[in-house]
Amino acid sequence: MSIAQDLNRLEEIVRKLEAEDVELDAALALFEEGVSRLRAARERLGAAEVKVQTVLEEADGDLRLSDLDG
Amino acid sequence: MAYSLQLSGMAPTDQVWSVSQLTSAVKRLVEGEFMPLWIRGEVVGCKAWSSGHWYFGLRDRSSQVRCCMWKRDAERAGEPPQDGTEVFALGKPGIYEAKGEFQFNVTRMIPTAAIGAAQRELERVKEVLHRDGLFDHARKRPIPALACSIAVVTSTAGAALQDVITVVGKRWPCCRLVVVNARVQGDGAVHALVRALRLVNRIPDIEICIVGRGGGGREDLAAFNSEAVCRALAEVRVPTISAVGHETDISLTDLVADLRAPTPSAAAEMAVADRREVARQLDDLAARLAGGLGSRTRLAGERLARTADRLHGSIEAVLQRERHRSDRLAAQLDALSPLRILDRGYAVPVGPDGHVLKRRADFAPGAPFRLRVADGDVAARVESP
Repeated sequence: MSIAQDLNRLEEIVRKLEAEDVELDAALALFEEGVSRLRAARERLGAAEVKVQTVLEEADGDLRLSDLDG
Repeated sequence: MAYSLQLSGMAPTDQVWSVSQLTSAVKRLVEGEFMPLWIRGEVVGCKAWSSGHWYFGLRDRSSQVRCCMWKRDAERAGEPPQDGTEVFALGKPGIYEAKGEFQFNVTRMIPTAAIGAAQRELERVKEVLHRDGLFDHARKRPIPALACSIAVVTSTAGAALQDVITVVGKRWPCCRLVVVNARVQGDGAVHALVRALRLVNRIPDIEICIVGRGGGGREDLAAFNSEAVCRALAEVRVPTISAVGHETDISLTDLVADLRAPTPSAAAEMAVADRREVARQLDDLAARLAGGLGSRTRLAGERLARTADRLHGSIEAVLQRERHRSDRLAAQLDALSPLRILDRGYAVPVGPDGHVLKRRADFAPGAPFRLRVADGDVAARVESP
């Protein structure tokens, strides 16, 4: 799940909640999902530093990703 | 014989200049006057000194100028040019004060023949790529707004990579950068770039591909004008940004990519969102989420209150009805109770184990039992069969 997907889903949830024709239990379920999406997106945004990897092609053609130092 | 210095009143003796004053004044004048410029000429007498500097002359039909190229620039230029080679030379006019000589300080030098050939090849590639539609605007894909996984095709040794890491780290640190190392200039650069671009298509989850390098000379950018690199770039399956840092030239990869950035830093900025902006967006969504549920529950609460009022009324009615019904039932039950039958004079024989004795076989001769009557029971015994 990406931040873009989280944001899109949150938009959708908020629009549904604001439309006011949702049943209460459905609204509560939407709210709960919204809260967990918010938390997930915020956690992702809070990443301290960018992750830099390099990719190498091995002799057998497989790709190998490894973290790049500094 | 005595000479007297014939000085006019406008030039008193205390204002006679030293040689150094003259050369340094002329130097300031000359060097302050010119921006770097290109000249075209034929190389004469090029000498590469052990210090690494090159000294040579450049001439045309009527004139000649002394030139020097300092070690750092000479190293980048490769082999010293042969006499008679016609070149373009980039540099600034200057004065060599120790000898009072005017010279042209060259920083870059390109044989005119090379430019001609390169120019012809560039035109050819441009023509075929244009014919094949690789520059078409309709091909351009939008750059995803919140990409979290970006491939960077460049040299791991170059400044471009550091610039991209710095910008992305500042704006969008939740991003993953996958660096695909490739030579970006010199022999093998075309092959390396093609290979790297093809590799990008095999890395999972990549959302954007940045290809580029820091600024370089015109001939240093040759790989980014190659047909093979342009075609490989067009085949990258995610949106691409070309960032071949150069102020004046644009490369063919700039035309093929979905987006052109003037520098690798600019490419990074175009590729990622600003974390603070997205955080604000999230705050806004959080507020709307809470507000949405708040209004939803308030609405539900009001409806519940209305329902409860109606419910209360209907429950009262139901209870009332049930109360009447149970009273009636109790009366019926009372009428049906066996105890009421005893009132009418019947008696029930009950054995010592509490069972009702209903048949002759239940009464063994001499066995004790009890007779239940309306107001209690009495002891009894079977007399004879």
